[in-house]
Amino acid sequence: MQIQLNGEAYSLENPLTLAELVERLGLGGKRLAIELNLEIIPRSQYPDTRLAEGDRVEIVHAIGGG
Amino acid sequence: MTDMSQDALEIAGVRYRSRLLVGTGKYKDMDETREAIEASGAEIVTVAIRRTNIGQNPNEPNLLDVVSPERYTILPNTAGCYTAEDAVRTCRLARELLDGHKLVKLEVLADDKTLFPNVIETIKAAEVLIKDGFDVMVYTSDDPIIARQLADMGCVAVMPLAGLIGSGLGICNPFNLRIILEEATVPVLVDAGVGTASDAAIAMELGCAGVLMNSAIAHAQKPVLMAEAMKHAILAGRGAYLAGRMPRKLYASASSPLDGTFF
Repeated sequence: MQIQLNGEAYSLENPLTLAELVERLGLGGKRLAIELNLEIIPRSQYPDTRLAEGDRVEIVHAIGGG
Repeated sequence: MTDMSQDALEIAGVRYRSRLLVGTGKYKDMDETREAIEASGAEIVTVAIRRTNIGQNPNEPNLLDVVSPERYTILPNTAGCYTAEDAVRTCRLARELLDGHKLVKLEVLADDKTLFPNVIETIKAAEVLIKDGFDVMVYTSDDPIIARQLADMGCVAVMPLAGLIGSGLGICNPFNLRIILEEATVPVLVDAGVGTASDAAIAMELGCAGVLMNSAIAHAQKPVLMAEAMKHAILAGRGAYLAGRMPRKLYASASSPLDGTFF
């Protein structure tokens, strides 16, 4: 299946949870926030949120800015 | 120095000793960022919210490890947003990122050449954010009417530009700032325009509650040294404001007594 991850197509062999996606991306334990189809998913819900075909996922973090 | 030792900047019920707020953009690397921020003595530090780099080095240092939320009050900004909707979305993501943190710097831009604020979209975003429980520090133009409106709406600080973002042109219109300050009901901070230490001191002498800057430090030849200079400039300007300057006179007035001369 395919999802849109940070604006780009991303393929998954099976429907992962958000927690699994974060681990797979090597972002486990990092300070980040996730929006799924324009809705913010609280960190506590990552293990219970399963991705579906066509989902739009945005993973953001803090960078330098003024 | 009783006035200075008790002096504090209060924003949304929290008291800060430093009236210098700094950004974290445009530095050479994370080490320089950390050193400059430490040297500035700032307690409130702005960050931007952006997409995580997918597939790139996951071990690259994270800004929030260098500028930790345990040590600093992180002020996420909405830089790069051109609509109220994008700004609100950014603030909500920042709140999640920072575990429910409510203080945000709202800026909605109008044009990429001037980075002038779009005050109409800014007001729209402020309304939604305030209703949603955010403490909004708002970047705006130096229009006193808009500044008043933003304060009346419930923004916790109003932050007019003194010059264009990243321009380093200094305090371009001190007269508008004076009008904004005269009727201020919330802290007024200069955000943008400062180029060097004297600009920061002038802003403080005018009576600003603080100054937010990024490029003036990050783009100095020696950012860490400039950060320290800015710390002193803010203190000097604040002290002068509290002390009250002497009146300006057209003609000289001798400082040494005229009596007792022996020549």
